[in-house]
Amino acid sequence: MTVAPVLDIRNMQTVFRIGGRDIAAVTDLTLTVEPGETVALVGESGSGKSVTSLSILGLLPKKVGRLAQGSVAFRGKSGETRDLAKLDAEALRRVRGNDIAMVFQEPMTSLNPVYTVGEQIAEPIRIHLGRSHREAAADAVRLLADVGIPDPERRARQYPHELSGGMRQRATIAMALACNPSLLIADEPTTALDVTIQAQILDLLARLQRERGMAMLFVTHNLGVVAEIADRVAVMYAGRIVETGRVAEVFAHPRHLYTKGLLRSVPRLGEASALKAAGTPLPTIAGAVPSLSNLPAGCSFAPRCPYAISACSAAVPPLTDTGDGQLSRCIRWQEI
Amino acid sequence: MVLALSVLVFILLRLAPGDPIDAYVNPASPLSPDAMQALRDRLGLDAPLPVQYFGWLRAAVTGDLGFSIQRVGVPVLPLVLERIGPTLLLMAAGLAIAIVVGITAGIISAVRRNSPTDIGFSVLAFVGISSPAFLTALLGLYFFSVQLRWAPSGGMLTPGAGFSLGDLLAHLVLPACLLSIGHAALIMRYMRASLLEVLNQDYVRTARAKGVREFFVIVKHAVRNALLPVITLIGSTIGIAVGGAIFIESVFNWPGMGLLLVNAVETRDYPVIMGATLVIGATVIVVNLLTDITYAAVDPRIQVA
Repeated sequence: MTVAPVLDIRNMQTVFRIGGRDIAAVTDLTLTVEPGETVALVGESGSGKSVTSLSILGLLPKKVGRLAQGSVAFRGKSGETRDLAKLDAEALRRVRGNDIAMVFQEPMTSLNPVYTVGEQIAEPIRIHLGRSHREAAADAVRLLADVGIPDPERRARQYPHELSGGMRQRATIAMALACNPSLLIADEPTTALDVTIQAQILDLLARLQRERGMAMLFVTHNLGVVAEIADRVAVMYAGRIVETGRVAEVFAHPRHLYTKGLLRSVPRLGEASALKAAGTPLPTIAGAVPSLSNLPAGCSFAPRCPYAISACSAAVPPLTDTGDGQLSRCIRWQEI
Repeated sequence: MVLALSVLVFILLRLAPGDPIDAYVNPASPLSPDAMQALRDRLGLDAPLPVQYFGWLRAAVTGDLGFSIQRVGVPVLPLVLERIGPTLLLMAAGLAIAIVVGITAGIISAVRRNSPTDIGFSVLAFVGISSPAFLTALLGLYFFSVQLRWAPSGGMLTPGAGFSLGDLLAHLVLPACLLSIGHAALIMRYMRASLLEVLNQDYVRTARAKGVREFFVIVKHAVRNALLPVITLIGSTIGIAVGGAIFIESVFNWPGMGLLLVNAVETRDYPVIMGATLVIGATVIVVNLLTDITYAAVDPRIQVA
């Protein structure tokens, strides 16, 4: 690819200080997002996918979490590329909500209950674009209309509790888009919603991304959502990316046993009844995710992996190019 | 509510030993038992309790709270109304100080959690909550009025000097500060706990993710939410503040309800006690209503019915 990426994370490590000890929640993470592209970050709870998204914007819990190593090169709206890991708090604050915006998982709790929806959308416009109260309020109404909220003038004057869950998530998306960011980080934006609303929100995000040419980092544990929205996918396990590549290729030919296990444990329409008739349960990955404070030596997935050999526990396998830009952290990828 | 209060106070009064006649008569020149009985008859103190209560109630609903037994011929209502002003002034000043100090200290403590400042404030609050009012009032009086002579030791105005706002404030500052100690400490503890909880909420993270300055994240997004439980607390401490005010008034000779009530209890002046508690009770209820209205103004989720 010749276009410079919007986001270029290299060898990032994020640690949490717990009980006087540094525990790595994300290790050696390298990830790029091209302009206008959607990259999905997939993994189970505790795999480090949300921590990754918080690390980018310096939103880790104070005094506990910190970005310990690596660089986060980001090209903002001005075209200038800076390393977010080295910015001071004030410079980082100016990036947040302006060049990079975030949508969170819980629309019920991520809006402030005591301010109107319109005010909360107008706030970043006033902060970053220096608009007046009146202009920002008008912009907020326009943004609400943009994200498909009917009667936006009235909705802007309402409080979050007067809106439904799907409506609130649309409002948080409007808030994120307020300053026309070049990168949108969506941290499980559909997880807390009904399935029908999920589909609507995904369509909305896809449309807005197309219209605005913005890049998107989409954090999720739902592989169906990945297939629907993402161009590329990075699968995380125990704080590391274990496989990454174009969605179609990774789904068709997973080059890591963890990815393969995940894909196999997704029930498909019609399959469930067939499995039930045959008396076999839906395949799962045996065992549990290891504790980050006590990771096994070598490949973290080895204890659960049917292909594991002694060499797997000797050293952490590097990300290996398996062809066509697909990378896998499995030393036996050719045999899978 | 006020009605239930009046029944309760009435019963408790009559359960207490002695009556106004016992208290009125000088032990040095005792009256004959017959004469005392005659006095009781005249004041209706011998009638059955329900008769006495409903007699009082019938008059009270028309605004007639009767006459003081001890200050012969003085009607209770004007007596009480004239005293409510200074008490409300003292309480309002005390609570205002408590709210400003308590909330400010609570915010600083929560934001600088576990810092020396936080620990210092927490220790002070602990001392404040644990100090009984009689101790702080007397110590405060001793140090600030007697030793340091920073403030007058009692009264509301300098006798004979005529009214001036400065004089009133000089007399008000010390008792109001002393009254505020316990409340400020309690409000600080609640504010700190409440704000710490709110700072963990998703919408605070959202505010940071929007690029809101840290100062406004705290003051605009977090504090307003954290205030909600504190407002409830303030409302419910107002009743307690009445008790504290009564004590401070008697120490500082503040011409309010407290002093009136203490004197009335000592002399078993039933009508005055009934009238005073009635007015205090009604005031507390009104203030609690105001608290609820404030709550609704701060939290849009509460509908004013």
